[in-house]
Amino acid sequence: MSQATLEIRAISGHSGSVPGAGVRREFDVCKLIDTTTCIGCKACEVACLEWNGLSFSETVFNNSYQTMPETQWNYWNLIKFNEHEREDGTLQLLMRKDQCMHCEEPGCLIACPADGAIVQYVNGIVDFQQDHCIGCGYCVTGCPFNIPKFSPTARKVFKCTLCVDRVTQGLEPACIKACPTGCLHFGTKPDMKALAETRAKQLREYSGFENAGVYDPPGVKGTHVIYVLHDASNPELYGGLPKDPHVPWAVSFWKKPLKWIGNIAMIGGLLGVFAHYLRFGPKIEPADEETPRQGGAAPRTGTRDPGGRP
Amino acid sequence: MTNGWIDIKNTDMMLIMGGNPAENHPCGFKWPLEAKRNRNAKMIVVDPRYTRTASTADLFLQIRAGADIAFLGGLINYAIDNNRIAKDYLLNYTNAAFVVKEGFKLPEDGLFSGFDPSTVAYDTATWNYEEGGDLSRKSADADPPAQKPGAPAAAPPALPANAAYDLALQHPRCVFQLLKKQYSRYTPEMVERITGIPRDLFLKAADLFTSVRKNGDMTKAATIIYAVGWTQHTFGTQIIRTAAMLQLLLGNVGRAGGGVNALRGHSNIQGATDMAGIFDNLPGYLKVPNPTDSDLTTYLKRTTPTASKPGPWQSFNYWSNTPKFMVSFLMAMYGDAARKQSDFAFHYLPKVDRNYSWTEIWDNMYRGSVKGMFAFGMNGVMIGPDQQKNIDALKKADWLVVGEIYPDETSEFWRAPGTTADDMKKINTTVYRLPCAGFAEKDGSMTNSARWLQWKNAALPPPGEARLDQDILAQILLRVRDLYRKEGGKFPDPILNLTWPYTDPEHPALADVAREINGRALADLTDPATKQSLNAGQQLPGFAWLRDDGTTSCGNWIYSGSWTEAGPQLARRGTEDPSGLGIFPNWAWSWPANRRVLYNRASCDSVGRPWDPERRQVWWNEDAQRWVGNDIPDFKPDSHPKDHMGPFIMNPEGVGRIFVPLAGLADGPFPEHYEPVESPVQNPLHPNQSSSPVVKKFTTAADKFGSPEQGFDVVCTTYRLTEHYHYWTKNNPVNVQLIPEPFIEIPVELADQIGVRGGEKIKVTSARGTYAAKAFVTRRIKPMTIDGKKVYQIGLPIHQGFRGIQEDAERNARTPANVLTPTVYDANAYTPEFKGFLVKVEKA
Repeated sequence: MSQATLEIRAISGHSGSVPGAGVRREFDVCKLIDTTTCIGCKACEVACLEWNGLSFSETVFNNSYQTMPETQWNYWNLIKFNEHEREDGTLQLLMRKDQCMHCEEPGCLIACPADGAIVQYVNGIVDFQQDHCIGCGYCVTGCPFNIPKFSPTARKVFKCTLCVDRVTQGLEPACIKACPTGCLHFGTKPDMKALAETRAKQLREYSGFENAGVYDPPGVKGTHVIYVLHDASNPELYGGLPKDPHVPWAVSFWKKPLKWIGNIAMIGGLLGVFAHYLRFGPKIEPADEETPRQGGAAPRTGTRDPGGRP
Repeated sequence: MTNGWIDIKNTDMMLIMGGNPAENHPCGFKWPLEAKRNRNAKMIVVDPRYTRTASTADLFLQIRAGADIAFLGGLINYAIDNNRIAKDYLLNYTNAAFVVKEGFKLPEDGLFSGFDPSTVAYDTATWNYEEGGDLSRKSADADPPAQKPGAPAAAPPALPANAAYDLALQHPRCVFQLLKKQYSRYTPEMVERITGIPRDLFLKAADLFTSVRKNGDMTKAATIIYAVGWTQHTFGTQIIRTAAMLQLLLGNVGRAGGGVNALRGHSNIQGATDMAGIFDNLPGYLKVPNPTDSDLTTYLKRTTPTASKPGPWQSFNYWSNTPKFMVSFLMAMYGDAARKQSDFAFHYLPKVDRNYSWTEIWDNMYRGSVKGMFAFGMNGVMIGPDQQKNIDALKKADWLVVGEIYPDETSEFWRAPGTTADDMKKINTTVYRLPCAGFAEKDGSMTNSARWLQWKNAALPPPGEARLDQDILAQILLRVRDLYRKEGGKFPDPILNLTWPYTDPEHPALADVAREINGRALADLTDPATKQSLNAGQQLPGFAWLRDDGTTSCGNWIYSGSWTEAGPQLARRGTEDPSGLGIFPNWAWSWPANRRVLYNRASCDSVGRPWDPERRQVWWNEDAQRWVGNDIPDFKPDSHPKDHMGPFIMNPEGVGRIFVPLAGLADGPFPEHYEPVESPVQNPLHPNQSSSPVVKKFTTAADKFGSPEQGFDVVCTTYRLTEHYHYWTKNNPVNVQLIPEPFIEIPVELADQIGVRGGEKIKVTSARGTYAAKAFVTRRIKPMTIDGKKVYQIGLPIHQGFRGIQEDAERNARTPANVLTPTVYDANAYTPEFKGFLVKVEKA
């Protein structure tokens, strides 16, 4: 049986070119969350815990159905409950499933200094490779959505993987699978965007939500998790969804202009050294002044912590 | 449900009230959302709290717990006043035109005619139709042919075969005029006084809901969806009645996207009800015999209705087949001992002499007359009202057998919080706790809210010493039977002769039981109409084959057809839906006769054409001279529309009952708003008859009631959360993580008044007990104005008790919510009043 999710490189007993060669492409995947049909049942939270084998933690009631203020290193999917009183006195209970947004321009990845600790796949999923994570926490600073969380025991950072292990096998993420109401959808970015816009239009025309719209923030070049909101002009109402998220300027400045300035300075230095050599030739040192340098960098500390990944 | 879960996707309008499906039926709730997404259907949610269901509604109204009849009565009044009614439907498919007997009185003072204060019950003789013919032309005459005065009331009152009627609906005593008069008192102002819903908001909801019948349009359909928020009142049955009447008035019953839809709170509550979960009926809603039924003939005469209708109309009166259902049931129960000459062993059946409902059993135990109890599949201490009374009742029992999968509060009642070591020494109850199998460890069928019987397989065997419930019950029966065989007894015959025809008597296979319930032929049979024949021993194809001569046996007539010679119909998994209406005729099996929408004849006009050509369920095929369709017609298949047979074939009238005659209901032929037994106000309609006149009050020392004068002035209601399943999931770490501890939802204003903030401890006290937990201070419950008085409502989830992960770690107060609730119940269904009782709230 052929693996429909894999592209065929060679084929037996077949004349002509390989079927599908050059036709297949990797799709940009996208999760659509329609907050207007979310009922806060938390099935997605449980599915996330169970599929990813995350450990239980003790919680405390704190005046909300929401039992923890933020996602945790071992709790990647959290519905945020917000009571909102509208100007006409009517009430809304806004429920938003919070998790990694899988930004097209991922602040975490930009900020990360560790080689290979954060990758972005061609389908848009941003994934942490804990084997390479050095636990510096720069990704936490780089994220405009407050998603990556540091585990003090594993000394690594964790977050939602968009169930990359399921998606590569052609399955939907666990949260989508568990959602009972059809509030969650999964597909290609263009399909999800179109579905979201259709739903937002329906909400504007038939449900009296004149500001209904789609949240796909351009500040991070769009996200691979998008929302339909009753009021897209006020995303902050939904448990602090930023109105115009950007990769923090410090991270951008450090990782882009500053890096280039540094590079230019470094290359300039090297060029200067080279020019100096051409002009003045090698410097002759006295023969026995120093002991030889101890070789190499410190050994890598990134070995897999058996208790680390839950 | 008259309809089914999937059918909700066909609706144009939803009234969700007395239920919170988004939280308690999250999987089913996809269908209301489908209707919104695909049809732009509107959703109105009416609830004491702004719930997660309300968060998806187009319109939310906060109602005072227990004021539902006032709201629905107001809707009836609005629909009539604004001519938003289905005139043809009303005239032809309901008893609106029937004329009611002279002497019947509406409850302007709180009492219908016939109330007897000495028995606290009604004499229902005047709750009947007038005998006679067509009074249409005599409608101007206010005084139609009255009965001869002084006629001796000899035989018990019965429905007249030839009911008087007025097709102009003008006769002052026709059902429609009485209905109009009854609910003319439920003005928007009165609705506001009782329910606390501001007049303008009520009118907005009334306009929206009845808009499906704007300008006489019959194509649209509206559904009403409810759950135990309606049943758990002392007038719960009447709330549901009001909804049914409203739906008949609007022509919504029998139609795709319409109906009155009860959401069952557990996976198999419908099945439990169908299989005689209540003491006063037998499987298939046959009536239980009472001591006056000296033999089968007397019983059948009492329980088999005769048609009562206008002369020219026809009534199928399907309950006229009661003798076939009953004899076949007796054959299934007693087999060879049930013979014609032995009166089909009718005398083996217990004759029920009084009320043996749940609350009564526990009251009897509290009084010392019930000495032992088997508690299977329930946590009695937790589910009953007035938990302390139930614990004290168990202390007086000699023995208790509990079959459970977790150590629960019932089996450990003897160490409930507050029980000292000295107290324990005085408890002499012997408790046997039997580990049972969980739902995934047994096969069998479950009947869902949509009346589907669905077979499931066991996923894994029960762990350790746990055993299947049916094995435990079978082995108890077999040993008790051996004792009777050896030692005799007062009346051993019913036990000795009970059929037990299973392959392995000690381990009866549920498939065997399901086949027995479906029924089989006991002799070779031929259907005179179709000439089809069955051999003795073959499974019956359906209840049309049942006989009253002992040649068929059937455990439950409404389930007949679920396991036929063609195999287990209830295990079918066909996913085809040719009509697109979500009927899925080959998925599982729906009682009765695999029809998915009950009363579907009413989805067509009087000549047999669907009201809505887009949603064609059934229709009359003139060429075939039969009713055909996408669903199984719920009707006599060859009854020509010209014959005017009523679509409500289970009523002797053949039509839907807007007025329920005779002893159909204990508390009135029309619903009337009564206050809960504990209420913050006197009934604005009739302060001198504030609560229901027929509610029984228990009289033990434990039965205490509070009033606003005693300081109990906050209305309290109890409910479930989506994060938990009753009292089980407090044993599961994931659910405990989602909601770790009990809380009490209170309005911001009340919190300010008593000086607490969210997460701080408060204490709720009723006349019966005290409950302490953290406050959940919210704007989702607002203070209300009831009859001019400021009233607060609060709510508390029922899930936590004194056994569970958090409980065992002493991380919560370890008191079940039902320490607060009163032991009073609905006069018709005997459901306790868990919603809308009085408490006081203090900082703890």
